[in-house]
Amino acid sequence: MTQSVLGELRGTHPPAPVGAPVTVEGRSPWQLAWARLRADRVAMVSGAVIVLIIIGALAAPLFSALVGHGPNEQFRDTGLTPAGLPRPPSHTFWLGTDDLGRDLLVRVLYGARISLFAGVLASVIAVSIGVVIGLTAGYLGGLADTVLSRLVDVVLSFPFLLFAIALVAIVGPSLAISVGVIAFFSWASIARVVRGQALSIKEKEYVEAARSLGARDVRIMFVDVLPNLLAPVIVYTTLLIPAAIAFEATLSFLGLGVLPPTATWGNMLSESVQYYKVAWWFVIFPGVALLVTTLAFNLLGDGIRDALDPRAGRAQHR
Amino acid sequence: MVKFFARRVLFGILVMWVISVAVFVMFFVAPHDVARLLAGRQATPQTVAAVRHNLGLDRSLLAQYGSFVWRLLHGNLGFSYYNSEPVTHLLISRLPVSASLALGGVVLWLAIGISGGVLAASRPRSVADRTVTGLSLFFFSMPTFLLGLLLLYFLFFRLHLAGVDTFPGSGYVPLTSSPAGWANHLILPWFTVALSTAAVYSRLTRGSMLDVLGEDYIRTARAKGIGNLRLIYVHGLRSALTPVVTQVGVDLAILLGGLVVTEQIFGLPGLGQLAVLSITTRDLPVVIGIVLLASFFVVVANIVVDLLYAVLDPRVHVH
Repeated sequence: MTQSVLGELRGTHPPAPVGAPVTVEGRSPWQLAWARLRADRVAMVSGAVIVLIIIGALAAPLFSALVGHGPNEQFRDTGLTPAGLPRPPSHTFWLGTDDLGRDLLVRVLYGARISLFAGVLASVIAVSIGVVIGLTAGYLGGLADTVLSRLVDVVLSFPFLLFAIALVAIVGPSLAISVGVIAFFSWASIARVVRGQALSIKEKEYVEAARSLGARDVRIMFVDVLPNLLAPVIVYTTLLIPAAIAFEATLSFLGLGVLPPTATWGNMLSESVQYYKVAWWFVIFPGVALLVTTLAFNLLGDGIRDALDPRAGRAQHR
Repeated sequence: MVKFFARRVLFGILVMWVISVAVFVMFFVAPHDVARLLAGRQATPQTVAAVRHNLGLDRSLLAQYGSFVWRLLHGNLGFSYYNSEPVTHLLISRLPVSASLALGGVVLWLAIGISGGVLAASRPRSVADRTVTGLSLFFFSMPTFLLGLLLLYFLFFRLHLAGVDTFPGSGYVPLTSSPAGWANHLILPWFTVALSTAAVYSRLTRGSMLDVLGEDYIRTARAKGIGNLRLIYVHGLRSALTPVVTQVGVDLAILLGGLVVTEQIFGLPGLGQLAVLSITTRDLPVVIGIVLLASFFVVVANIVVDLLYAVLDPRVHVH
């Protein structure tokens, strides 16, 4: 799937020329970053792959209706061998079937919905908490900084998968709990980054100017300081999403996330463990879906970082 | 140095305290009825009340917390609900497996990560650099459990079909009974634990090494005519490792998560497998015991890492 996408994109999206402006025109830092990102072929391909995955996830019900295979529908006659084993990829089942005779492709598409939803939602929640706490600690300083920084240190030294496991043991597994656990254990590193940046930004003249005009702390924090932190926050969010997707898949794999029969990549892989000796497709396709997704987000995140901070990018390739 | 050490230990105690409170709140205060859970579905209200009394859950929260901490400080983690074995015994019997997996995993992760990073940094933009960078992004994106499954499928099962049984797919052999068997059974699990983290370290080492190689003292050393190898390994690596070492402390928590997944996939009878098992059987004392033990390791290891950090880089002034 990805190979054809890659090829198609190479033909249709030539890298945009940069660094050779013909006429002099004013460009904002964001426009410059966008131009640099456009020129980064790996990042653009990754972005396209992500768009395709999103389309696949959104179109899952449509596709399911089109082929006439529900995500939880069991085809005991056509989808299983006489011995009751999964069937390999064929015209009816493009990616084969699973141990219950369900269409693997439909389930992989439905799994994308859970992965993207959990990954993006958990990241957004984590980033929001991390930004507010980091900004407060960095900007206010003093006691607030001491307390919040210690809190960050404590959360960072939690063995979080074990804690997630323990929590799930008590309240029972669900998508909401997974998202909550992922968000709770991801905000601290962002808070640390934002705090560091806020510390230096609050010494800038424009912050002093705002203060001398009588702006209140909350206004300065969110109107004057925050926009200047957007670059690292965007980069962190893009890099957090794949981590959150992997985390959700791990929880589902251990039977502590979204429970069957709802299809997720994690619980599909967990079911496939018993069948890997007879049905390679059962392991490979959900695995590839998961790996391609996390890889695409990480590559895009790297590209965005290089685009937003060209200096860091050059240092990397020095 | 002593003052620094004392401060780190105090902070470690604080972390352990917060974790014990979190565990207590999660297990005893959260809105769910442990006694009901334990007494079973068909229990009469009398049975539930008796169970509640036995567990001391009918006392005030403060009293419960007091006895919880008191028992903890005496190293008493209670008894398994499932087979009434002391939790400490269960933990000790499974510790060697997890410790073997963790130690080997860390050694492998640092070895691969640091050597990969140094290799990439010593020849920037070369084929080796690009290969290392590409591979690290690939393994960085690979969830541990997926890597485990793939290793199991290709290196155990496919090779097994081809008649090669170099890598066993499951089981554990104690070090004391056969060192070779021990290592052999742990090879795939070690790589599973190590590779995704090693990827982070090779990127980190590469960046840090490139920064260090740009510094003045390196130029001075080069001007004095020191050979390239000595320059990189003796002068560069030492200070390039400082940020890497700091990161190790943070990543130990991630390592423990990797243990749970890896033990599950390769059928290793360690603490991670016990954790998952105890959750399915709702064996809360065992779950609590594992969480506390793991947290304790993370805290202690972080203190050790911070001390190493100070020893490793002479430029660090410890306040």
